[in-house]
Amino acid sequence: MHEQLVRVEHLRIELESSGIQIDDDVSLSLNCGEVLGLVGESASGKTTAAVSLLAYQRRGARIAAGNVLLKGRDVLGLSPSELRKTRGGVIAYVPQDPSMSLNPALRIHTQLLEVLEEHGFGNSRGDREGRLRDMMDEVLLPGDADFLKRYPHQLSGGQQQRVVLAMAFACRPAVIVLDEPTTGLDVTTQAHILQTIRRLLAQYGVSALYVTHDLAVIAAVADRVAVMYAGRLVETGSRHQIFSKPVHPYTRKLLSAVPDVTARTMPQGIPGIAPRPGHRPAGCAFSARCDLVVDRCRHEVPPMEQVAIGQHAACWRWADLVSSSQRTGEGSLCRWLRPTKQGGGLLELTDVSAWHGRRQTLDNVELAVRSGECTALVGESGSGKTTLARCIVGLHKGRVEGTITFGGQALRGMARKRPRQTRQAIQYIFQSPYSSLNPRKTVAQLLGRPLKTFFDMRPQEMERRMVEALEHVSLDRSVMGRYPDQLSGGERQRVAIARALCAQPALLICDEVTSSLDVSVQATIVELLSRLIDETGVAVVFVTHHLALVRAIAQEVVVMSDGRIVEAGTTEQVLGSPQADYTRHLLADTPQIPL
Amino acid sequence: MTTDQVADSILDETAAVSRPKQWATILRDTWSYGRTKVGVGLFAFILLLAVLGPAVSPHSPTQFIGLPFASPSHAALLGTDNLGRDVLARLLWGGWSVVSLSALATGIGMALGVTLGLIAGYAPAWLDEIVMRLLDVVLAFPSIVFALLLVSIEGPKLWLIVLAVGMGHAPRVARVARGATLEVAQNEYVESTEVLGVSRGRILFGEILPNITSPLLVEFALRLAYSVGIIAALSFLGFGIQPPNADWGLMINENRIALSVQPYAVFVPVLLIGILTIGVSLAADGLSRAIVGIERKPGA
Repeated sequence: MHEQLVRVEHLRIELESSGIQIDDDVSLSLNCGEVLGLVGESASGKTTAAVSLLAYQRRGARIAAGNVLLKGRDVLGLSPSELRKTRGGVIAYVPQDPSMSLNPALRIHTQLLEVLEEHGFGNSRGDREGRLRDMMDEVLLPGDADFLKRYPHQLSGGQQQRVVLAMAFACRPAVIVLDEPTTGLDVTTQAHILQTIRRLLAQYGVSALYVTHDLAVIAAVADRVAVMYAGRLVETGSRHQIFSKPVHPYTRKLLSAVPDVTARTMPQGIPGIAPRPGHRPAGCAFSARCDLVVDRCRHEVPPMEQVAIGQHAACWRWADLVSSSQRTGEGSLCRWLRPTKQGGGLLELTDVSAWHGRRQTLDNVELAVRSGECTALVGESGSGKTTLARCIVGLHKGRVEGTITFGGQALRGMARKRPRQTRQAIQYIFQSPYSSLNPRKTVAQLLGRPLKTFFDMRPQEMERRMVEALEHVSLDRSVMGRYPDQLSGGERQRVAIARALCAQPALLICDEVTSSLDVSVQATIVELLSRLIDETGVAVVFVTHHLALVRAIAQEVVVMSDGRIVEAGTTEQVLGSPQADYTRHLLADTPQIPL
Repeated sequence: MTTDQVADSILDETAAVSRPKQWATILRDTWSYGRTKVGVGLFAFILLLAVLGPAVSPHSPTQFIGLPFASPSHAALLGTDNLGRDVLARLLWGGWSVVSLSALATGIGMALGVTLGLIAGYAPAWLDEIVMRLLDVVLAFPSIVFALLLVSIEGPKLWLIVLAVGMGHAPRVARVARGATLEVAQNEYVESTEVLGVSRGRILFGEILPNITSPLLVEFALRLAYSVGIIAALSFLGFGIQPPNADWGLMINENRIALSVQPYAVFVPVLLIGILTIGVSLAADGLSRAIVGIERKPGA
């Protein structure tokens, strides 16, 4: 039997100032050598709960109740000096963004050595240097002096994350808290880092709490899974139980929101938004978005109850759900499996090359897009897919060669030099709805900008068009007076899409539009785009690194690597029987949920 | 910060979400600092003195009411100056010029600096380089020397002084505005208007300017404090308000020879100029703290 290494009991974390709860009644346990995956969407309080294992809280938050027992000792009661020895020595933390956690002014050698010195590892400098080189070997980084002399900014994102992993494993801790360590990385790097993490965990027999929003990643690393929603655990169980026999309605919906590279149906979003602290309803926090809600759910918080051996869920209706342990209803078919109206040629690129300064980022690219069709541009970061998208819309500031024709007319390089009709017909939706909406403008002002620029219309007419655009993206007209920071991430991205729709475009270019959103929201945005193509006949160029999304929405796929097109064809051809090695690697590296 | 904002700052797992505070929040946070209350109080005191002073003054500022450098008495509460005029009356009449000229000069400096900074920050690299290097030339002269240079060419005219001090501020304001513009211009919301083909002027003043107002507001308050110092110094040197009109800087110059005999005629204007600059600086400090969100230390 494994002994219990970490026990978290009835943890409650609240805001210092107002006492509003962030996390409530969170109980977790971690056995020796076990990896527990903690899943939740943004603002679910998963990171807040995870860092309390190190007796840490961000400024403004406070652990109000509960115990955190590490090897039987209460971590919350440790003195500052004991705590310092424990952190890094017994329990280590790997944060989400390695570029923020490494000191940019110190060489990585200095930073790695510092960890070992701080925890008194080894007896001499020689011991520590030896350990340091071993660690570099284990995280698959070169351990030579030249490499160690580098500063963090001289490393790639994947290398930085490996350095942070080396620091975490350096003092042979018993427990590691991994907080979304692969979130900012592209699929291939993510696959490699996950492999390293799994190997290190097994090699050292370390227990880990792996925090992420990505169920597919959890499936790849975790032995047990805990699902969090609005500051509470809603379900825990073994990996197999959570993925094949989920009980809680939230877990089920979350699973059907994850796109899959082999599925025939589109991912399904969860309507509504997750309540933030201070706005959480009485009773079950998920009641507002749940199809199976009964009156009791709205008044009483359901307790965690055992639903199977080793599986617990907090739902009043678990008994009904266990017997029907099916996922929620099937979504609509992937676009490429559906008959669609095909329009004429709209956009054509011939021999397009582009440069960033002296560096060539696109090399003789050819592309054809027909209206009413979704073409996916796939590739890792640095593959040139975003450059290509920016060339099409006229945002690329460097040199461009070759011809881009739109509706039969050759296009000038920069948007400003293009005729008004072209600027109106090609609309661009940016990656992050957090930075693509001017924070000082209301939604009405944001939507009004394209209307004022392209059409000469009266205020009533403008208002009518705005409401129409908002309806297209399933937003109520009441958002018109709000500022972007009063909207959730998903709502913001809808506003960004509505803004593009106001211009009545023939071509929408979507640049990684779902990458900064939660899975449940990602699925609704993909559904929305798919519906728009059917309803308005707009052509969409969907730029992404996520192959599973491609499968859901695209009819045509173009795979890019190092500025060149390595493979192009229908979704069926490219994802079904990929010809290029690169495409096969990408497919293999895409994490999948076991079905 | 509101509860929602605190919760967001704790829970925000997706980094790089820039959320500039709304105006009401900034002002409320600014006011919550003790230093702001003191600063605004001091500034308000000087402003009242300057505006209402002439109305409550016991004498005309140019009326001779006694012997030169007479000590305080019932007739002249703060004594008399070098020509036997009432010091109190001259103080009450002499504030408005300092306050109004400083405000005007700062306004001109801000308008010039912000416009140049916005243009430089958003322009192609070569234009940015030209604008900033030209501003560096102006920056090479200390503000007061620059003002003296202009005044020595045209003679001591008030409009020239205001313009000179304003132009002296422009390069520094431009640097702040340019820095903020560079940062904001990287945001995708600026690109999203470029794609629409919105004119440069509208992007600068409609999209970027509203997002850099916070640092500019702090800069305005700081520049105002500097303006007071420079304007008072120019008056002291005899290039500002000309005698026999009353002005605090001028009073210091006129009466400094009798510092040991009639100190009030020098010390009180010095004190009032000091209060004005300290008040404005404190308020500026409170404002910048509210904007960057420095935690309040106990007792601060």
